[in-house]
Amino acid sequence: MVMAETNVVRADGIFQPVLPKGDVVDMAKKRREPDAEKAKFACRDVRVFYGASEALHGIDMEIANSGVTALIGPSGCGKSTFLRVFNRMNDTIPNARVTGDILMDGEDIYGKKVDPVLLRARVGMVFQKPNPFPKSIYDNVAYGPRIHGLAVSNSELDYIVEKSLKRAGLWDEVKDRLKESGTGLSGGQQQRLVIARAIAVSPEVILMDEPASALDPIATAKLEELIDELKEKYCILIVTHSMAQAARVSQRTAFFHLGDLVEYDDTQSIFTNPKDQRTQDYITGRTG
Amino acid sequence: MILEIFLLIAVSSLGAFFFGKHLAQSRLALAPVGGLSDRAHSLPGYHGYFAAWLVGLAGFAVAALGLAYPKLFNGGLLLALFVAAVGGGFAFSYRQIGAGFRARIQVERFVKGALLLCSGVAVLTTFGIVFSLVFESLRFFEQVPLLDFLTGLQWSPQTALREDQAGQSGAFGAVPIFTGTFMITAVAMFVAAPIGLLIAIYLSEYATKRTRAIVKPFVEILAGVPTVVYGFFALLTVGPAIRGFAEGFGFSVPTQSAIAAGSVMGVMIIPFISSLSDDVINAVPQTLRDGSYALGATKSETMTNVIFPAALPGIIGALLLGVSRAIGETMIVVMAAGRAANLTGNPFEAVTTVTVQIVSLLTGDQEFDSAKTLAAFALGLVLFVLTLVLNVIALLIVRKYRERYE
Repeated sequence: MVMAETNVVRADGIFQPVLPKGDVVDMAKKRREPDAEKAKFACRDVRVFYGASEALHGIDMEIANSGVTALIGPSGCGKSTFLRVFNRMNDTIPNARVTGDILMDGEDIYGKKVDPVLLRARVGMVFQKPNPFPKSIYDNVAYGPRIHGLAVSNSELDYIVEKSLKRAGLWDEVKDRLKESGTGLSGGQQQRLVIARAIAVSPEVILMDEPASALDPIATAKLEELIDELKEKYCILIVTHSMAQAARVSQRTAFFHLGDLVEYDDTQSIFTNPKDQRTQDYITGRTG
Repeated sequence: MILEIFLLIAVSSLGAFFFGKHLAQSRLALAPVGGLSDRAHSLPGYHGYFAAWLVGLAGFAVAALGLAYPKLFNGGLLLALFVAAVGGGFAFSYRQIGAGFRARIQVERFVKGALLLCSGVAVLTTFGIVFSLVFESLRFFEQVPLLDFLTGLQWSPQTALREDQAGQSGAFGAVPIFTGTFMITAVAMFVAAPIGLLIAIYLSEYATKRTRAIVKPFVEILAGVPTVVYGFFALLTVGPAIRGFAEGFGFSVPTQSAIAAGSVMGVMIIPFISSLSDDVINAVPQTLRDGSYALGATKSETMTNVIFPAALPGIIGALLLGVSRAIGETMIVVMAAGRAANLTGNPFEAVTTVTVQIVSLLTGDQEFDSAKTLAAFALGLVLFVLTLVLNVIALLIVRKYRERYE
């Protein structure tokens, strides 16, 4: 194909195909490199309601453009709800309602013109339980690029799949069985597969909702290693129950309690010198 | 008579319960307490249940004997036997009941036996039906060769009763009626499969709880309409409507046609397909939907690319169950499809089905050893085998699907 020859692989390894013009494709081009100086998200008075009950009571928070931000707190504190605000996954829950402003690169993601479907291509998500589709490993990763038309030829798609699997640290384990079902992999492999699936659409942000809670310690270690590598290229938000994990992988940590953001600081400071009594009680294991 | 016997058995059994319970209470009072082996094994109630089961079964055995051989066992003899059996039950209980008797274990065996007996009834009935079909069919195939039956293109089962009667010699080629069955089934599935599936998709993925609560019962009402109502609906409303419509284009179409019967049958099958598919689609884990939405897929993309493939085995199972329903359906086709065994591929013509032919072969004055009536058994056998195979395939597919998410 002629197109394939004009595609450019940039020095940093990000595949930049020459793509036809159009809305769907633009978002892939728009992918910005993390700029450590700027905030990726700015939240003002974010409240989430499930029916009549308020699950989040007005969160003000800025999320940096690069690195890992961990959201910690006891069960039911609203951290997962808050995470789902950023890709508008709360929209899929009947009678859930979000108020306040969430600006992504200065643009309100709950604005009238914003299509949540396109937003989710820029803000990927990894869930608590690995959820590969009952398709082949290849098709799992190719799913996003296919629906968004990111590849114009099969060889491009092959390239995106390989690149994503390599970046998720799964390529060497699955390269000889790409046609086998993704559900046949081990739990840790499945979780890295869904990360590869998320990376394949070139998101700017990756949301992780307790990604290691269903994994054994070895798979968890691998996953944390991966998160550490990914933070160079993506803005990562991770919800975790393990404070050790938050301390290991994140640069900034936010502590949530009963729907309020209690404390938000450098991970180092939160764990060594918490300012709020509630934070201290939680991280020392007295509550939670 | 039967009522009295059952009443008698029930009373004896109830008496045995209290007899056993009280006997056990008085005997167990003397038993040592504590330890695993020497203390009383079962509670008094279990001794009562044991005696009740034993007496009840003995009574039933005698009653069954009386029903099976009414000439041999009746009147006084039967009564004497009954008293002897029930008395034997009481006597045996009287000897057994005591601290060392494991009444609880025995009752468990009775329960297990009773459950086995009930499931045995279903299995034996199936075998009974199959055997009667097979043997009667064999008699039919003595008169009409199997190959002629399965490949013959002519179906006119009227045979002459006497040598001097004019007319039909009888032709038993089943091909026209099987093509009729398949054509009507195809028309029905052509209507039911897409509508049923789309209803299922709408209800499970798109409809709000409120809409679902209203729409679903309405769809399921379709399954509750008696088939005879569908039948006259097809005959009196749909058939004439199709004929009128075709006449508008200058075609002449009979009121009774494959398309009239098939389309109404399709409406009848819709709820079976939509309801089963709805369950199957709902069984697809929510995490798969979330995974797809989180990648920026729309609802319909998620539906076609993730949920539908994941639910496909179950949906195929639902469709096959719909097909076996269509093949076995009788009343609608009797009324709306006609009786002429035309070998045709045109759905606007009158055709006939296996079930219709079985009805017409066996209604009216019949002698039950003529080829004409025996043909009904042969048709029934082939139909049975067909639906059985379809059901087995459907079940296998559904089972394979279930294993995937458990």
